[in-house]
Amino acid sequence: MNWETVIGLETHVQLSTKTKLFSRASTTFGASPNTNVNLIDCGLPGVLPSVNKEAFYKAIRFGMAIGAHINQTSIFDRKNYFYADLPKGYQITQMDLPIVLGGSIKILTDDSTKIINITRAHLEEDAGKSIHDEFDGFSAIDLNRAGTPLLEIVSEPEISSAKEAVAYMKAMHQLVTYLDVSDGNMAQGSLRCDANVSIRKSGDSELGTRTEIKNINSFKFIEKAINFEIKRQIKVLESGEKVTQETRLYDSAKDETRPMRSKEFANDYRYFPEPDLLPVVISNEEMQKIKDEFPELPTEKEIRYQNEYGLSSYDAQIIASSKSMADFFESSLTGVKNYSLLANWLIGEISAYLNKELIEIHESKLSSENIAMLINRIDDQTISGKIGKSIFEEMCINGSSPDQIIESKGLKQITDDDSIEKVIDEVIENNSEQVQGFKSGKEKLFGFFVGQVMKKTQGKANPQTVNKILKEKLAK
Amino acid sequence: MSIQFKSITELNKLLDSKAISASELTQESIQLAKKYSELNCFVTLNEENSSKRASDIDRNKKNTSLLSGIPLAQKDLFCTEGLKTTCSSKILSNFKPPYTATVVKKLEDAGSITIGKTNMDEFAMGSSNETSFFGSVHNPWKKGFVPGGSSGGSAAAVAAGIVPAATGTDTGGSIRQPAAHCGITGLKPTYGRISRWGMIAFASSLDQAGPLARSAEDCAILLNSMSGYDSKDTTSLNADVPNFLEDINQSIKGKKIGIIKEFNLSDLDTEVQKRFDESKKAFENLGAEFIEVSLPNISASVPTYYSIAPAECSSNLSRYDGVRFGHRAENTDDLNDLYIKSRSEGFGDEVKRRILIGTYALSAGYYDAYYKKAQQVRRLIKNDFDQVFKSIDLLMTPTSPNTAFKFESKGTQNPVELYLEDLFTISSNLAGLPAISIPHGQVNSLPVGLQLIGNFLREDQLLNAAHVFQQNSDFHNAKPNLENF
Repeated sequence: MNWETVIGLETHVQLSTKTKLFSRASTTFGASPNTNVNLIDCGLPGVLPSVNKEAFYKAIRFGMAIGAHINQTSIFDRKNYFYADLPKGYQITQMDLPIVLGGSIKILTDDSTKIINITRAHLEEDAGKSIHDEFDGFSAIDLNRAGTPLLEIVSEPEISSAKEAVAYMKAMHQLVTYLDVSDGNMAQGSLRCDANVSIRKSGDSELGTRTEIKNINSFKFIEKAINFEIKRQIKVLESGEKVTQETRLYDSAKDETRPMRSKEFANDYRYFPEPDLLPVVISNEEMQKIKDEFPELPTEKEIRYQNEYGLSSYDAQIIASSKSMADFFESSLTGVKNYSLLANWLIGEISAYLNKELIEIHESKLSSENIAMLINRIDDQTISGKIGKSIFEEMCINGSSPDQIIESKGLKQITDDDSIEKVIDEVIENNSEQVQGFKSGKEKLFGFFVGQVMKKTQGKANPQTVNKILKEKLAK
Repeated sequence: MSIQFKSITELNKLLDSKAISASELTQESIQLAKKYSELNCFVTLNEENSSKRASDIDRNKKNTSLLSGIPLAQKDLFCTEGLKTTCSSKILSNFKPPYTATVVKKLEDAGSITIGKTNMDEFAMGSSNETSFFGSVHNPWKKGFVPGGSSGGSAAAVAAGIVPAATGTDTGGSIRQPAAHCGITGLKPTYGRISRWGMIAFASSLDQAGPLARSAEDCAILLNSMSGYDSKDTTSLNADVPNFLEDINQSIKGKKIGIIKEFNLSDLDTEVQKRFDESKKAFENLGAEFIEVSLPNISASVPTYYSIAPAECSSNLSRYDGVRFGHRAENTDDLNDLYIKSRSEGFGDEVKRRILIGTYALSAGYYDAYYKKAQQVRRLIKNDFDQVFKSIDLLMTPTSPNTAFKFESKGTQNPVELYLEDLFTISSNLAGLPAISIPHGQVNSLPVGLQLIGNFLREDQLLNAAHVFQQNSDFHNAKPNLENF
């Protein structure tokens, strides 16, 4: 039997506003428990919310980027349920009139691109955090996260594999970081998703019964959780049973999904318009300002990098695909003459190092000034590319500047012909056997001579000069 | 010299002439509160802090406000920093807020002194003050009779002359009805005129704070200080606040007053009817003209209100869960058990009833039939008012169909009987319009109230008409005989 998978994703993006959606408490991650909390966040009697417009501007920027309709008048609703980390007993969210309607996102799979349509995106406040394992016999509540602004982005059920789901989330990550609407930090929960998964016989027009996998927060887990769920549902259907519509959790340790207790989601949320807030109206002037301040998007950067800096389309695309890489490239440009060399280093050595360490460039010790200096020293032949690599390794460890390292270790390249010629003469003199061999046709021995020269100069001799003089001398 | 029953204007003169100090005045007010403790007006007295504040005011004479040194009582749902704020509920019976409501702050910034927090129906749900966890309040005019509600403690404290004025809140008549039953003046301003920050919510889209006092003039003095936009309450109105005393003496000659055709006054107690007709004549003598107007949807007010208010209340009261503040049940098995026991123990019957009604009205499958429909009818009622105010200045109705009634005589068997108390007052909450109740005589030695409803933000017209009426009558000066307390 051939099965077809249908996936819709609900993505929660934590917006990078300084303060919360309805209070002026800070949203900084990692503060001591219950310190980023004010009267409003803990839902004291008599308090009222007031809207943080910054969250709206960020949501609108996202909406504009995906070509959506922006509801310039949007309203908040209350979603009522009891939970210990939900201080008011309701969450303020948007139900009937969300800020963003429609739009689409382009995703890249192995060999092609695909358009995924977006149903809607709405603003809502996050809940706090319940901690069950730190105090014996008690649960603890940390309200630091309560009231943090989230943009919930709902896709149409147009994703047809776990791979596509990952591609969608990667595209989402690129977009929200590029737009500066979120830091996109998945480990800290700034970007997470719920996946609605169902399967049906190939060619069927009706959707199968779906399950919802809650709160997945890494690209790897998205793929694993969805693939597990697809296999599970196929097994259920092929054994003649029915898929139960339910909410499931992905357990990464066991690599499986399992149902949440039904109590935890069998809620009637009793939505109704939030009477403590008036409809939020965004003026045409505000819309224009958001348009005027719109950040450059990856495809625009790609084209500009090719036109302004002469990068190849491949290099331009790779650098532009990551916001942090593109930012680093642009801030390193000042003072650099050889843009392609900078691009090569970013895509080569620097990316390799970051991938190995699993960090983003802004989390490393590398500064754009130091990388620019390194590129310039290679470009002006102060050092060779090979020495450059060893300097780079040291920069990664202690963040010191290339000039300092060159100075303290005496790594400056020997470029004057006389000094190099002197060393070459010595090498030829001391290795007459190899010279004979070379002259009798063993041309591979050329590398031996280069190696000897480099050894004697501790790698500081300019390789081009060495090659040139060696060739002349050995030809005699 | 007794300060009992004196108006703000009179007290201000005494303070100005140094016939009395703020400290003496506050002291006397607190003594009166203690003397009449049997009335049960107060949940908490602010004795120590208020005498400290009074002596500060005596030392620092710079404050020229009319409210400087005047003792006031605050309904016990306005948060007061460090001073218990209970909503007359067991669930908040030990709650000391870490902040002060905007209304209280503004009144205190004007120099007034909060001498205590007044008893009320639990979470402002009730029309008789009998739902209070701290017991019923007696009507100063007749022991064993209700003062009305929900601002019953505030109304009784003013009627007994303990304080010249007090704050209240009005969601469906909770200022005007107790003002009527206690023979004093009570004003519910336009929705949004006064900040709701720090005012513990019952039904957010209907709740509005306002003053209860011995006269329209004193209400105007309080309203001047209480009004204005507050960035902490984004539903408050960013509208100019006039000086409500400025035009209060103006003639009302030529003012057009509407009588609502749909309210069949011939159904009322004949004595209540008679008072109404007499006041109509009094206004005519002052130059006002009466016109019969039709508000076709107004008869739907009570069911509309009793869908919307409980719905909002069911959500607003979810935060009382025993987790962060308020009453928490002991010996609970798990989180769900904690919720069930804390809330079952903490809330009284009427509050539970309204939470249930509201939860039902918002449930999947019922939302469209109840909550949504009620909001649509609310819009129709508001449109009716907009229409009639094109041709009139004010509307006039009785405040309440009856005078005060005996404890436990109404609503004990059938709550709807008590809900009908709000027949005349509810529609102005639904429409967000200002309305005032003034005393206009008595029936069987119990006060009767007259209601005037004004157009959006036209509290000035209400106060003007009420003041001119009071300048030409003596009903507001009647004092209860308190020897039984």
